[in-house]
Amino acid sequence: MTHMTMRRRGVLRAGAAGLLGLGVQSIFPAWAHSGSHGLRAELPTLTGQDIRLRIAHDMFKVGGRAGHAITINGVLPAPLIRLREGQNVRLHVENALDEDTSIHWHGLILPFHMDGVPGISFPGIKPGTTFTYEFPVKQSGTYWYHSHSGLQEQIGHYGPLVIDPAGAEPAPYDREHVIVLSDWTFLHPHQVMVKLKQKGGYFNRQKQTLLDGTMTAAERANWGRMRMDPADIADVNGSTYSFLINGHGPAENWTGLFRPGERVRLRFINASAMTIFNIRIPGLPMTVVQADGQHVRPVETDEFQISVAETYDVIVTPTADQAFALIAETIDRSGMARATLAPRLGMVAPVPALRPRPTLSMRDMGMGGMDMGGGGTCAPEHAAMGHCTPGQPAAAMQHSMRDKASVPASVDVGVGVDMIAPMPVDRTGDRPLGLEKEPHRVLTYHDLAPLVPFHDTRPPARSVDIHLTGNMERFMWSLDGRKMNEGAEPIRFERNERVRVNLINNSMMNHPIHIHGHFFELVTGQAHGHPVKHTVNVMPGGKASFDLTADAPGDWAFHCHLLYHMHAGMMNVVKVRPLDDGGAA
Amino acid sequence: MIRTLFAASLLAAATPAAAQHADHTGHTGHMGHAMPASDAAPSCTPEHAAMGHCKPAPAAAAPVRPAVDPSCPPEHAAMGHCEPTAPSSSGAVPTPPAPPSAGPSAAASSGPEYAADGVWGADVMAPVRKAVYTEHGAFRGSKLLIDRLEHRSVDGRDGYAWEGEGWYGGDYDRLWVKTEGEGGFGGAIESAEVQALWSRAIGPWFNLQTGLRYDFRPRPDRAHLAMGVQGLAPYWFEVDVAAFLSDRGDLTARLEAEYDQRITNRLILQPSAEIELSAQNVPSVGISAGLSTIEAGLRLRYEVVPEFAPYLGLEYERAFGKTADSRRADGEKADSLAFVIGLRAWF
Repeated sequence: MTHMTMRRRGVLRAGAAGLLGLGVQSIFPAWAHSGSHGLRAELPTLTGQDIRLRIAHDMFKVGGRAGHAITINGVLPAPLIRLREGQNVRLHVENALDEDTSIHWHGLILPFHMDGVPGISFPGIKPGTTFTYEFPVKQSGTYWYHSHSGLQEQIGHYGPLVIDPAGAEPAPYDREHVIVLSDWTFLHPHQVMVKLKQKGGYFNRQKQTLLDGTMTAAERANWGRMRMDPADIADVNGSTYSFLINGHGPAENWTGLFRPGERVRLRFINASAMTIFNIRIPGLPMTVVQADGQHVRPVETDEFQISVAETYDVIVTPTADQAFALIAETIDRSGMARATLAPRLGMVAPVPALRPRPTLSMRDMGMGGMDMGGGGTCAPEHAAMGHCTPGQPAAAMQHSMRDKASVPASVDVGVGVDMIAPMPVDRTGDRPLGLEKEPHRVLTYHDLAPLVPFHDTRPPARSVDIHLTGNMERFMWSLDGRKMNEGAEPIRFERNERVRVNLINNSMMNHPIHIHGHFFELVTGQAHGHPVKHTVNVMPGGKASFDLTADAPGDWAFHCHLLYHMHAGMMNVVKVRPLDDGGAA
Repeated sequence: MIRTLFAASLLAAATPAAAQHADHTGHTGHMGHAMPASDAAPSCTPEHAAMGHCKPAPAAAAPVRPAVDPSCPPEHAAMGHCEPTAPSSSGAVPTPPAPPSAGPSAAASSGPEYAADGVWGADVMAPVRKAVYTEHGAFRGSKLLIDRLEHRSVDGRDGYAWEGEGWYGGDYDRLWVKTEGEGGFGGAIESAEVQALWSRAIGPWFNLQTGLRYDFRPRPDRAHLAMGVQGLAPYWFEVDVAAFLSDRGDLTARLEAEYDQRITNRLILQPSAEIELSAQNVPSVGISAGLSTIEAGLRLRYEVVPEFAPYLGLEYERAFGKTADSRRADGEKADSLAFVIGLRAWF
């Protein structure tokens, strides 16, 4: 068992008699101490009108090994900023690095020039300078903040941001814990990028082999013919990452305390660079009450997937005087982050073994339009209905996987595009990859209903297609086939227009797509309404549509929130015009 | 109303045994989809079964009732191609037709192109913008691969061989250097060449490579213009096909292919083949027109880390036609089987 210690920290965790090291200087913010009573008024969080943040180089230790990090106010994750709806806030950000930095307030509705994206909303924060963000707080919920400069987000430049509602809390709770999920590597982030470019699938150490019998020879041949790897689930994964909860590795076992019978609100934030997690607390059903900071009608589930940059608030009510394991298993099952919810420190619950790596299917290949289920095999129930013949691969493989004719001319199908999904279907109702056959309840986007209807009920007047494109072998990623540095035409919206954006995933990776400065309604077609989000995970070979009210004038970043996809070019700018007089909001 | 619902849901959460009505204002059914409250035994459509959302009725039984209108499957409905006649109590509602695809209005392009310039100043924003736009997509990197560095044993004679390549550049254009050669211990180097190529991406998987090749050995040394295509062929074959025109006007070609068969994620069996062709006799180096040599290799490597892998293997080489004759005239055999032990590394 390793201790997460810092060069300034000398607290032994085991048997610390409940003192939790509070008051001792450490790399952890108070709310993320190894054992936390939860968020309480007496714990130092950053609140008020004026908040000071200092971004600096630091060292971070996990699993007994130390590496270079960027911290804010000396802690990783960054301090919890706690605001109240309706207040004004000034955030003074000092850059003590030797490179430019920035803070983007992820999910906050604010004037574009306070959004914190260098080159798009502001010039960035130069070394040795302090920049003051100032804006009114117009919303409530669970959000987060992170760097939008270089690859700083990978090495610790992220933190939670909670805004309490001005009025009554629609989902009341007795205790709360912030759960910041992240991924940590001792490789320099630029080295991670180079490795990905040097060798396709470099980090995947769970590739299909001669000896694993999950696929027929015919299926393997079909995948091989397309030069696609059905085991390619996460570009960067447990072969280099340690997965953290509130800065703690699995062995360090961050523990959140509760009293049996309490309603415990868990504010999940996926602050990872590249890791999509599946969240479950064995033995404890979770009631989802918020997604991306927006209230949803309470819906109970046993497991949910949280893509990068999404947030989910759940309420659990543990009644037994026992510990529960909080498991955040990575989508490719290459590792997990783990924490414990317990009535007392030192208690642990059994940690389930990693489940087998999922294998991509025809639906992930963009063959959803004629999916016969599970990877093109002939399931008995299909055979019984005469849909297919056992032992025969499904016929869909005969489709061209790169037919330029099936996308508009505006999509540049060149070197950087290795696939065009032949028959992509809306996958917002699909269970997430790898959770299709779990016997317990699994959340899908279709389960999310807004607690209050979206303020704009106009139907969208026009629709815009945006193709998510890439080349797995060359590790090139783009929107509509053009990397950001290749001068992609910006996405232009008229102010206050209602527009439907169709995201079409022509790749076999999940992409969490994030639009700055706006919330959108994710089109699920459900009678209970469309959930309101700032980030949507578009499943491999699938589609997701959202309706947007372009009510925020200015220039806004729009990108895949997988850090290295964005860095490889999967980013564009949304321009909403006309601006206010003079350009300043 | 909402509060009541929420309280109910919390109560339900606290008492799992409580009967949870799948009321589609709050809860969802166990299939992960909102289910009609009246439907105690929801039908299991094939697509749901395929996703593992439900277990279909016994094979012989027909579906209880179609939950999707067969004349209008969901994917078509989603595209607005048709309107399904959904069961009235289903969680999905008839999808209104999708709005027409259209470009932005004139007003959407009005005003300044760069909003931030009006706040921070164009002179401040322009350099940062250029840098940031470039940073998202521009790549410069390099790789040095020592594909083979091996000891060869043939008929009790020991020799060595190497093959490697390196590149520097971006996604589309790279300077690509290749080298290969072999020799016997205690003897002269038998062959040694280096190529310097401009590599241009011509598709998702292939690069067109043009440049120069220089043969230090065998004597007389020769220079060539080189042009070839290198990349990843279907079924994961790494291929490299190139033609060479020497400074003496001789045209030759070389076809290489290799395949990595993972036995485990670290233990990899790599069959490889190389074919040398010539358009004419080149007596000075003992090559005759047509098929001159074929090499076939089989190497089993163990990737301690992906960048570092020792290997064992076999390398079979055979000369044909007059190429073989000229070897025999030099007292060599036309074919040979070598046992190899070596190292593959890259960084």
